[in-house]
Amino acid sequence: MEVKKAFAGTLESGDIMIQIEPSDKEGLQINLDSTVAYQFGEQIKKVIVETLKDLGVENAIVTATDKGALDCTIRARVTAAAVRSTGKDVWA
Amino acid sequence: MQRLRRTMMFVPGNNPAMMSDAFIYGPDSIMLDLEDSVTMAEKDAARLLVHNALKTIDYGNTEMVVRVNPLNTPYGKKDVEAVVKAGVDVIRMPKTETAEEVQELEAEIQRVETELGCLGRTQIMAAIESTKGIINAYAIATASKRMMGIALGAEDYCANLKTQRTPSGDELLLARETIVVAARAAGIYALDTVYSNLNDMETFRKEVELIKRLGFDGKSIINPRQIEIINEVFTPTEKEIEKAKTIVAAIKEAAAKGSGVIAVNGKMVDKPVVTRAEHTIELALAAGVITKEDL
Repeated sequence: MEVKKAFAGTLESGDIMIQIEPSDKEGLQINLDSTVAYQFGEQIKKVIVETLKDLGVENAIVTATDKGALDCTIRARVTAAAVRSTGKDVWA
Repeated sequence: MQRLRRTMMFVPGNNPAMMSDAFIYGPDSIMLDLEDSVTMAEKDAARLLVHNALKTIDYGNTEMVVRVNPLNTPYGKKDVEAVVKAGVDVIRMPKTETAEEVQELEAEIQRVETELGCLGRTQIMAAIESTKGIINAYAIATASKRMMGIALGAEDYCANLKTQRTPSGDELLLARETIVVAARAAGIYALDTVYSNLNDMETFRKEVELIKRLGFDGKSIINPRQIEIINEVFTPTEKEIEKAKTIVAAIKEAAAKGSGVIAVNGKMVDKPVVTRAEHTIELALAAGVITKEDL
């Protein structure tokens, strides 16, 4: 699915900012900056990848700046960024 | 036992930290807001945040309410789909003016529930925020079997009335009384508007005492600091509970002897007094200050 540059989220505590941009390489490239990267970095990346794959986004550069977001917040922000990036909404 | 709805706490729908922490403060209901507290540019992101929070976070026994955008905006129908799919308890409809608007919302809820196979799960509460809404309060309150309650939204109402809110609340008296009367006639809950000056807790307490006297079940709030005062005012005192227990016990005894009217401590006790006493006991039970074993 074609993507254009878009972002969602904030840099407030408990939130995560997600930026999605086109990539000329195959696959998802995740660049994560997190206050809890040591403990939860892999889990955060896993949620980002799963969410994007569910939405059909296979190739993109994702820059995530995390401020201790819960998984449900990560899913919401990644989905919002992906919807803005692809123009394909998740609601009927 | 009736559900307590003393406090309904507003939480902005685009603030994940507040959304995950809100239940810690113990409000009876949490109202995640997709309407006025979210800018137009963030409506899509807030809707997703609320959807995912409702699906994932365990709010325990706290009732979960979402204030959606009006259906005549580009956001309303998507809001309804997102929150019904996430299993919200109640949808709060803003700026309700007619019964037809409630029925339009009901049709949207029904469409999504039919798709999910959970017809009838979602309740509706209508916020009345205009003079036209107040005139139509009873029609709104009885517009759907899903109606859980009606609430006053005083800021828009005062703007519509061409007046301002005052500490005494004189300007809201007709609206408040109309809402309580309409809600009681419809057999649903009556909920009061927010009080937004957090630096004046004395006036806040007076307002809570006033709305309790008027017959409201509770109030929308904007800050956890307001919860304690409302709970204090709305929870029956030990003296009130004792009096209620005496009345209920006496009328049971009288009924067993075939009499409907008795005297307790020299005062006549008939059906309305008993109804009030039963309501006091229900509130005390729901608030957890007594148990069924105490009766």
